[in-house]
Amino acid sequence: MLSRTADHLFWMARYTERAENTARMLDVQVQTVLLPQAAEDTRLGWAGLLGISELIGDYTRQHGAIDPERVLDFMVRDPANPSSILSCLRAARENARAVRGAIATEVWETVNQTWLEAQRLLADGLHGQDPAQIFEWVKHRSHLSRGVTSGTMLQDEAYHFLRIGTFLERADNTARLLDVKFHALPADGRATSGSKVPENDFYHWSGVLRSVSGFEVYRKVYRDVITPERVAALLILRPDMPRSLAACLREVDAHLRAVAHPQSGETLRRSGLLNAQLQYGRLDDIMATGLHAYLTHLLERINDLGAGISRDFLAL
Amino acid sequence: MRFYDEMTAADGSLRPHYLPYDRWLRQQPPDVMQAKREEAELIFRRVGITFAVYGDEAGTERLIPFDLIPRIIPAGEWAHLEAGLKQRVSALNRFIHDVYHQQEILRAGIVPEDMVLGNSQFRAEMMGVNLPHQVYAHIAGIDIVRAENPAGQGEYYVLEDNLRVPSGVSYMLENRRMMMRLFPELFSLYPIAPVAHYPDALLEKLRDCAPPGVNDPTVVVLTPGMYNSAYFEHAFLAQQMGVELVEGQDLFVKDDFVYMRTTQGPQRVDVIYRRIDDDFLDPQVFRADSALGCAGLMRAYRAGNVNLANAIGTGIADDKSLYPYVPKMIEFYLGEKPLLANVPTHLCREPESLAYVLAHLPELVVKEVHGAGGYGMLVGPAASRDQIAAFADKLRANPQHYIAQPTLALSTCPTYVDAGIAPRHIDLRPFVLSGKSVSIVPGGLTRVALTESSLVVNSSQGGGTKDTWVLER
Repeated sequence: MLSRTADHLFWMARYTERAENTARMLDVQVQTVLLPQAAEDTRLGWAGLLGISELIGDYTRQHGAIDPERVLDFMVRDPANPSSILSCLRAARENARAVRGAIATEVWETVNQTWLEAQRLLADGLHGQDPAQIFEWVKHRSHLSRGVTSGTMLQDEAYHFLRIGTFLERADNTARLLDVKFHALPADGRATSGSKVPENDFYHWSGVLRSVSGFEVYRKVYRDVITPERVAALLILRPDMPRSLAACLREVDAHLRAVAHPQSGETLRRSGLLNAQLQYGRLDDIMATGLHAYLTHLLERINDLGAGISRDFLAL
Repeated sequence: MRFYDEMTAADGSLRPHYLPYDRWLRQQPPDVMQAKREEAELIFRRVGITFAVYGDEAGTERLIPFDLIPRIIPAGEWAHLEAGLKQRVSALNRFIHDVYHQQEILRAGIVPEDMVLGNSQFRAEMMGVNLPHQVYAHIAGIDIVRAENPAGQGEYYVLEDNLRVPSGVSYMLENRRMMMRLFPELFSLYPIAPVAHYPDALLEKLRDCAPPGVNDPTVVVLTPGMYNSAYFEHAFLAQQMGVELVEGQDLFVKDDFVYMRTTQGPQRVDVIYRRIDDDFLDPQVFRADSALGCAGLMRAYRAGNVNLANAIGTGIADDKSLYPYVPKMIEFYLGEKPLLANVPTHLCREPESLAYVLAHLPELVVKEVHGAGGYGMLVGPAASRDQIAAFADKLRANPQHYIAQPTLALSTCPTYVDAGIAPRHIDLRPFVLSGKSVSIVPGGLTRVALTESSLVVNSSQGGGTKDTWVLER
């Protein structure tokens, strides 16, 4: 397969996944502000959301103070924000268009249709629209895109690069989400291991879980009250949780192995190491390092892996 | 001016091959047909069958209007067209080979030497280069129009030979797919020859023409990229043939062989179906500022290590100044009488012709010799006095750049317009494929001028398309 084609496929999948992750986080934030909470907490919530995508600087330069409606508009439909849902869907479609011959016709039509509908849905702003419905729609289109990919495409290189893009982006997102949400919690509200979480923290952590479709998973796995440590364990180490770091990096590693060639040894080694450390990691060790330090380091390595993939496969 | 109508004869009676369609159409409620039109547009958008118009903002995508009423060609007419097209393309390929080798037709004095050797489309780099099966124009899009001949019958004329990078075949295929989806019942009313095997036939011809000794050739489609007006077609054909769609940046030449950059390292390329003009193919030989091509490609090509479809230098045979000589080429190379007629053509480089053309501009169509796509032409009957005066100045300044033809009474076909159904002018572009042998998929692209009384059918000038049905019996 052409390196350029692989590059477009990789980014097409990443942008689709990014649009979904943004929609998930916004969805939970919009629901959270429906609960009674202090104005400062609301502001922190919106700021945290921008923080996950490293967009506080961009936002402040353009819009000044945090204003919920403006943040929502900035994250959903601002074409000047490359991470807005609209920008991601456009980028996914442009990448797909560049390689429409390499993907199944139904995959192309799904991505194209998503973009055409997004333009229509978001053309006149969010006024008078139910944001929850839009987020639901974005998630739905992302599910459809992944489903039609696995349901119609030959499992060849094209498929592997799409999957690598999806899971690398998802790993990046989960790590950022967890990092920011641990920070957002006031220090005195942080529960110690095993103790019951105060009520306002319950909403904080159940929001985090819901944004990665993890609330029901948590209940099934632990059948117990919500503690931050278990949330971290679930989202980092749990191999059967579809949005955990362990699951994402296992997928990245498996698909990378399927496209390996003699010059890609170092990237494969790093991917394997990262995968193994997550498969055999323990929460106690992570907590001993400090969650923030651990996640910062992990994000660097995910980034580094992405650069290695680019170097070895996409830019030959 | 009288126009030949494809559906209705001069006495108002329906032509027999349109009777079943007419009966069917009368049974369709108007709102159903309107709904079908809207459905077609939605599907074309979703599938992304769009083209870009030059001069518009970069990346603007538009749909080519699709008309629901098919153009129907009876079996007997098609048999005549098919034979005539094969004959014509065979002679044109022989001509190009001759021009770049022995030049017998020039020595015989049949085509003036200076018109070939002094032509900007003549590529001296191609002299003596031997190509597999001596095929130059692997894909030819021959523009056919129909007009009433002096005997009052509809006759097919060849208007233009497109031998460089003819486009439009994807619309032939997609229009058929659309008709089958919208009106499946029509396909049981008529024995319509299928066209969906075109990509297979194309791949076969491309593989036929691989460099000698290559048993399992790697074929690619070379596109200028996604902002080209015909990008959809490039991607579509690559996908339908199951070959890579490459851009110039994906290719490189090493030791006179062409390779593409893949995720598994360099892979040799044997046949390039290129959708880029000669000028942009190799910055070392042609335009140095081209970022679309591949440096060294011409060297590999001349060494016989890669084949290009179409060949470099085919423009010498579809140049409008050489068009009047094609019937003579057919007689010279094949020893046969031409089956398809040319449109009478005045070469403005000849002083008598120029004088005639200048005196009759309001009746004539004047075209640039090297132009394509309906750009830079004058349609006398539709032009204002000022436009005609301005064009006359251009003609006097550079007469050798122009040819003129009588305004053809292009045939009409019923077409959906805002006010209902009305006759609109059409043409036809069948695609002729050459490899070890010459073949044609029974069909073509029918273009329709949607503006009332307009004779310009080019999509870049607001034309639409129709499905083209060739009947099997």
